[in-house]
Amino acid sequence: MRNRVVITGLGVAAPNAVGVPSFLDAIRAGQSGIAFQPDLAELKFSCQIGGIPPVTEAIKQQYFSELQLRQLNSSGIVYGVIAGMEAWQNAGLPIATNEPDWDSGIVFGTGMLGVDKFRESIYKVDEGQVRRLGSTVVIQTMTSGVSAFLGGMIGCGNQLSANSSACATGTEALLLGYERIANGQAKRVLAGSCSDHGPYIWGGFDAMRVMPYQFNNDPERASRPLSATASGFVPGSGAGALVLESLESALERKATIYAEVLGGHQNSGGQRGGGSMTAPNAQAVKRCIQQAIQQAGIQPDEIDLIDGHLTATIKDSAEVTAWCEALGRRGADFPYINSLKSMVGHCLSAAGSIECVAAVLELHHGFIYPSINSEDLHPEISALIAPDRIPQQVITQNSTVLAKANFGFGDVNACVILKTFYP
Amino acid sequence: MQTKDELITTLKKIVKPYVQDEQAFEHVTEQTDFINDLKINSANLVDIALDVEEEFDIVIDNEAMEQMLTVGSSMDVINKKLAEKA
Repeated sequence: MRNRVVITGLGVAAPNAVGVPSFLDAIRAGQSGIAFQPDLAELKFSCQIGGIPPVTEAIKQQYFSELQLRQLNSSGIVYGVIAGMEAWQNAGLPIATNEPDWDSGIVFGTGMLGVDKFRESIYKVDEGQVRRLGSTVVIQTMTSGVSAFLGGMIGCGNQLSANSSACATGTEALLLGYERIANGQAKRVLAGSCSDHGPYIWGGFDAMRVMPYQFNNDPERASRPLSATASGFVPGSGAGALVLESLESALERKATIYAEVLGGHQNSGGQRGGGSMTAPNAQAVKRCIQQAIQQAGIQPDEIDLIDGHLTATIKDSAEVTAWCEALGRRGADFPYINSLKSMVGHCLSAAGSIECVAAVLELHHGFIYPSINSEDLHPEISALIAPDRIPQQVITQNSTVLAKANFGFGDVNACVILKTFYP
Repeated sequence: MQTKDELITTLKKIVKPYVQDEQAFEHVTEQTDFINDLKINSANLVDIALDVEEEFDIVIDNEAMEQMLTVGSSMDVINKKLAEKA
């Protein structure tokens, strides 16, 4: 008998807001977090815009000790710790005193961690100054750095790990935590992911010419998922975190339950059948969605809302096609669909978890956030689904079942099915 | 050259950010042990040595660094290195 798993805590550091209350306001209002980045212009990037969470010194001091802030030069750790600690506190869970909390674990993924710290170290090493690196390089650049920071701050005694599956990382973290609780190996898992910001993370994508160069003077209009004028994804950064908990544990401590995780699926297209290192095998995407629906034990027509991957590239219409085929629904029968990337850009390894936080907020607060910058819908998309399925303004309406998917380099896919909690 | 008291004061300033036991820090003597008394994370001893190097413009080799476990032994290392420099 598998345990039911619910979500009892949320935390976020997103380009358009830091902290759940202001993030909720921002996504309801369709507020963009994309801005001109002078350092990218200085470095001759084609795309000179990006999304960086507005983390102030005061916020940093709220979450980190003075000692932790010394030599701290890893933006992913800053975002991950802020989101993770907010989620834990939001869930009303205690900090362990002497005995670790054996029933609580952490899965906090990333793509690359602490790239600025790593750069700083590389310079010192190359100058023959390895002995002057200090003690903070390893903990700020190891992939499991955020899990390690959070694990110590909270006192978690269950599994502490970090997953990595490119842009599917955040959704995968949620599914890994879900499985561990469903299988009875943990009562609570803090699941999330983060991504550093800046030229060394984003440069490789600029070199691939997959980011837009036409909006350097108009950053808030640059991220245009589903639009005919979508011309590449806008780079973002940040972190999202969710406290997953067995229903039994949540009920026992009378926690606020934001949503239930019904199930999900992860697969790969094997870089076959049209899939490649950078493009998804459409068959695999469709299969991933269908398997997620099957594990969740629902029917495709129960889905009210799709929180898409939808990055604002030419692949958006392929994604909508995959959803249509996977659900057997199109036209006016298609669920609502939106993309948080329209506001925050593509937060890379943080995308899945920030978007999952947004999805849970939609279910819990009964609204559908607008998918901004899609007023000129791509004709291939409007041929598949009725235009009113893509909200231009916030819609105040309860949804029951939400499907969330993310796809990543390496031809990897992850899909999770969330439901408003009914006891 | 700093007097003994001045040296302790300077060392206290360097060590302060790494101290986890504030009470013990109030009563620092030459016998105070960084790890056992001040509860400093052993990984941070490296950072203290680097901060000492910067403050006194000296180089602390691995062997000397290994001796810097108490306030007194650190003072000895600093004085020795300063003398070598002079």
